[in-house]
Amino acid sequence: MSDILYKVLIEKDRYLAYLEGFKTTLLLSFFSVLLGTAIGFVIAIIKYVTDHNKSQNAFKCTCNFIGNFICNAYIAVIRGTPVYVQMLIIYFVIFSNRETSPLLSGVVCFGINSSAYVAEIIRAGIEAVDGGQSEAGRSLGLSFLQTMIYIVIPQAIKNILPALGNEFIVLIKETAIVGNIAVLDVTKAAMNIGVATYNYLPPLLLAATIYFIVVMILTKLLRGFERRLAKSDRR
Amino acid sequence: MKRLITILLASLMVIFLASCGNGATETETKAPAGTEESVNTSGVLIMATEAGFAPYEYTEDGSTVVGVDVDIANEIAKAMGKELRIENMSFDGALLAVQQGKADFAAAGISVTEERAEVMDFSVEYTTSRQVIVVNKEAGVINSIDDLNADAVVGVQTGTVADFFVQDELESQLKQYSKFMEAAMDLKNNKIDCIIMDALPAEEMVKANEELAILEEEVFTDKYAIAVQKGNTEMLDAINEVLERLIAEGKIDEFIINHTTK
Repeated sequence: MSDILYKVLIEKDRYLAYLEGFKTTLLLSFFSVLLGTAIGFVIAIIKYVTDHNKSQNAFKCTCNFIGNFICNAYIAVIRGTPVYVQMLIIYFVIFSNRETSPLLSGVVCFGINSSAYVAEIIRAGIEAVDGGQSEAGRSLGLSFLQTMIYIVIPQAIKNILPALGNEFIVLIKETAIVGNIAVLDVTKAAMNIGVATYNYLPPLLLAATIYFIVVMILTKLLRGFERRLAKSDRR
Repeated sequence: MKRLITILLASLMVIFLASCGNGATETETKAPAGTEESVNTSGVLIMATEAGFAPYEYTEDGSTVVGVDVDIANEIAKAMGKELRIENMSFDGALLAVQQGKADFAAAGISVTEERAEVMDFSVEYTTSRQVIVVNKEAGVINSIDDLNADAVVGVQTGTVADFFVQDELESQLKQYSKFMEAAMDLKNNKIDCIIMDALPAEEMVKANEELAILEEEVFTDKYAIAVQKGNTEMLDAINEVLERLIAEGKIDEFIINHTTK
């Protein structure tokens, strides 16, 4: 046992590869989550607004239709294709410039992929807020934007957060395929070490443990945040 | 009706996006001169490889790629006065990267085949590889090439010559892996009957796994070369010059010995 651990971790400073890979995994996940949430939020808002605007103005109607259509098509295409295929296309076809770092391709790929799911999560969260809330806001003389910012979105966050946390957790684990486009993440480091030591299982188990610990920490954080938000709940 | 239009428009959009991608690659393949220039001005030489193929390319510490091909690449970089950067991806990914100009060259124990020569250019062949059969000692199902009938399950690495050999020449069932180590694990667990692969990495693999053995008989031999983007003659000439010098000096055999006797 200690012999295996020595071979997998200490010999030839192999722990450094895990650390480097771990750093890359964290960076990749963090920026993908940021990008995914940013794009997802924008799309969710556009979809919500275009779904609920019942203007009679012909120009506004067309704008709504086009905006809604683009968002729906984007979500359909991104959700309808596997992230691995998207990654290969983004790396080999779209970012075909040789100077583009593989890590950037990874961030863009996972960010875009995640944004489609995040958009649906946020939209559903906003729509779950009772319609009476925005009606009340508008009756009190707030504008549409003010109603959204001060009344609807704060309530929606409580609906959104658990599902969004779930999406982040999925995203962190999904990044494990990024080794295929020459990024050294934890999984790739583990595979390299598995090949070098001719013993595949221990490094992979170690990589699994690393992912597990990260996800556990994230789960704890999110639970704390949710509890904090639920402080004034009467339920 | 509305739904029909939506579906139609969505598919149009997909086609549009796809054609955008094609356009980009076309301009790239059409303008090798432009890419050559960018190669010249940039101080880095990018090599695409798959580091699961000791002694040609592998990692010792889990992150730095070393091996015979890396030694050769270092010589090429030195001759061109550039800094070498190694992109470690999957084998088929490395072949794609060089076609797309994502890498200057791919060195991953690549055999020259007609299909490959159509989409990329190859340097002079620098080493001969013997393709052998690796079996599980206890199983005893496969004892020669003749045993590779329709019942036999053969493991290969995706996109390698052995992969095409099994598909074209044999009737046996094929299992493709992205890494030989995965094939070796399945062979140890008797999930497959044998692996067809290069003799040198096979010897390394058998050295580390007592359960496995190599059959005496050779399946076929082929030669390895370095791949560059189609039409990139400047890079090709530079690589050929270095390779010819290394072959003349006997350096390549030296590299192989360095990486096999540890």
